[in-house]
Amino acid sequence: MSEQVTGAQSLVRALECAGAENVFGIPGGAILPAYDPLFDSVKLRHILVRHEQGAGHAAQGYAAATGKVGVCMATSGPGATNLVTPIADAYMDSVPLVAVTGQVSSNAIGTDAFQEADIRGITMPITKHNFLVTDPADIPRTIAEAFYIASTGRPGPVLVDVSKDALQAQTTFTWPTELNLPGYRPVTRPHAKQVREAAKLILEARRPVLYVGGGVIRAQASKELRVLAEMTGMPVVTTLMARGAFPDSHPQHLGMPGMHGTVAAVAGLQRSDLIISLGARFDDRVTGNLDSFAPNAKVIHADIDPAEIGKNRHTDVPIVGDAREVIADLVVALQAEADAGHQGDYEAWVEFLAGVKTKYPLGYDQPADGSLSPQYVIERLGKIAGPEAIYVSGVGQHQMWATHYVSYENPNTWINSGGLGTMGFSVPAAMGAKVGRPDATVWSIDGDGCFQMTNQELATCAIEGIPIKVAVINNESLGMVRQWQTLFYNERYSNTDLQRVEQRRIPDFVKLAEAYGCVGLACDSPEDVDATIHKAMEIDDVPVVVDFRVHRDAMVWPMVAAGTSNDDIKFARDMAPEFDEDDL
Amino acid sequence: MSKHTLSVLVENKPGVLARIAGLFSRRGFNIDSLAVGPTEHPEVSRMTIVVNVEDSPLEQVTKQLNKLVEVIKIVELDYPASVTRELLLVKVRADVETRGQVLETVQLFRAKVVDVATDAVTIEVTGNAEKLDAFLKVLEPFGVRELVQSGMVAIGRGGRSITDRTLRPVPVPVPPAAG
Repeated sequence: MSEQVTGAQSLVRALECAGAENVFGIPGGAILPAYDPLFDSVKLRHILVRHEQGAGHAAQGYAAATGKVGVCMATSGPGATNLVTPIADAYMDSVPLVAVTGQVSSNAIGTDAFQEADIRGITMPITKHNFLVTDPADIPRTIAEAFYIASTGRPGPVLVDVSKDALQAQTTFTWPTELNLPGYRPVTRPHAKQVREAAKLILEARRPVLYVGGGVIRAQASKELRVLAEMTGMPVVTTLMARGAFPDSHPQHLGMPGMHGTVAAVAGLQRSDLIISLGARFDDRVTGNLDSFAPNAKVIHADIDPAEIGKNRHTDVPIVGDAREVIADLVVALQAEADAGHQGDYEAWVEFLAGVKTKYPLGYDQPADGSLSPQYVIERLGKIAGPEAIYVSGVGQHQMWATHYVSYENPNTWINSGGLGTMGFSVPAAMGAKVGRPDATVWSIDGDGCFQMTNQELATCAIEGIPIKVAVINNESLGMVRQWQTLFYNERYSNTDLQRVEQRRIPDFVKLAEAYGCVGLACDSPEDVDATIHKAMEIDDVPVVVDFRVHRDAMVWPMVAAGTSNDDIKFARDMAPEFDEDDL
Repeated sequence: MSKHTLSVLVENKPGVLARIAGLFSRRGFNIDSLAVGPTEHPEVSRMTIVVNVEDSPLEQVTKQLNKLVEVIKIVELDYPASVTRELLLVKVRADVETRGQVLETVQLFRAKVVDVATDAVTIEVTGNAEKLDAFLKVLEPFGVRELVQSGMVAIGRGGRSITDRTLRPVPVPVPPAAG
């Protein structure tokens, strides 16, 4: 079946055929031909954003909330370069994303033409793959390949750059029935021998920990993970990218490991004799100083990306495969062992960690002056909005508090920028999540610094009917940087104060919200927190922005200072936990 | 640090070289030499890359290369089991007095004179890296005016081909058009 169409029509048809439903983007010169047939498409909803970065993050939020491929579109040159940050973000956090960009006409490529940028060259190191299409006949196959590559194996961003003349030319449209990608064969089925070896190590271990990463979320393996954890009794830690993969309320859950991890999760990894890494990558924010990380632990490293295995930490049993299949196979192997009477003995270990968890829970002090504590705001927000809501954060202190003080019970309910740490991620990503999950309550938990980077997408939300809720945790400063200045730079607050004019809030977030067609609320005392959140929850026809004016000196604890060993964790300033080694 | 020779089969598409060179630079791996050319299959190019790394970074190099969609296969070719060659073109000062000696060296190394001028000769020589080094050492006293060297190419000994099995197309079924 082939029919005469323009390249632009072919592109729109191909996106429809690939299963895209929503496209976040902004038109411009080179991509303009594509916007004409897009106008007529009934299958594709185009959401006109205010900045291409917003389009990219929205597509990421959509993908993270739904598991589908997110799609964003931009014109050549500056339109395309504005997508660089979300593309890099999606690459770090393995988000399936297809970015379609217009390019100048093929005869002008390389001439420094108006709005020309070599976006394929620019995005080579930050995409899973990218394409430049100058022949309209290549459009359907390229889009099919882009979606296939973005969504299979380790997911990631794929950029398709299409020259304007290819969009304008006449061509035929045929959706391919098969792809020929000789160099792309992701391994999803784990090797049986490796699984058996892993099961053996698990039975031999006395202090094992399931170290769960974002791969478990992407592979939709939460159910399998729970079976594995409960049948063995092994403790679980979930990384920043995996929050929600295992219920926070579960007694085996130690919380998040790493620089701002819980004492129990950090100690659990640090003192373990076996780390079972599932879809995690031993990121520096988890390991701290690598040489002193979990010195006595053997490592089973399961990942769909072979290059992650052994990259940072020596691996005893490597398993290449999809997290869901790996975990399911481990369950089968361990069940067979259990049937033969072989089971691990982790009783002393579990008891020790339960003690640590009880002795060093997450906690914070209420400010003495009666002002609002950011942790309290987030804790109440999590309680009131509940575990079915989706929480999308920016980057910084509020992100760490949001990961700790909201209780996550379900996968895909916590969305954030983990690897790249992109300030400004939250509002547009929340918008994308709400588009993908319109029935869910979507809360953006943002900092006042982050919020000012991308809040123009509130206009998009208001106009397109995407009623997200934004909790601005407003401490009038770049809080995380300020925290480091407090701890490591003698309280010299160089360029972290966002409100230097006395007695005036610049900007006034309530007025800003109203200017954008949203409801703006403010809250600055603990007594009003619940009522304000309830009020925000009741509004479901327009976006709501709540300006929570919080105490600016609150800090994120626990903390492992950058470059130091996880053994040096502090649960509050100058407070190190003491472990009773005899318990082990 | 030690040298490793990687034969990398890639799809013959624009931009592949940039992808590979970029990967080496951003992951902090050093390329000693790189040579690219077509193979017996028009859709496949072959790169011979000599890297100077420890063993464990080498594993990262090959894993990262393998992640590139257009990389089809990577084979490490080690010395006794493979043949390696480089091509060198060198312009040596040679006047009436020294030309005889230069030509004698050319013969000894089974090299070839490809151009003669009144004050210089241009010589072509192929061989492995050791031979070319030795050749240059002997020529040095005459005065090397200019030289250009190709990257190393390498091929495994014996009857087996690294391109044999890998290039059969593995078609990936595409889900039928949505809606």
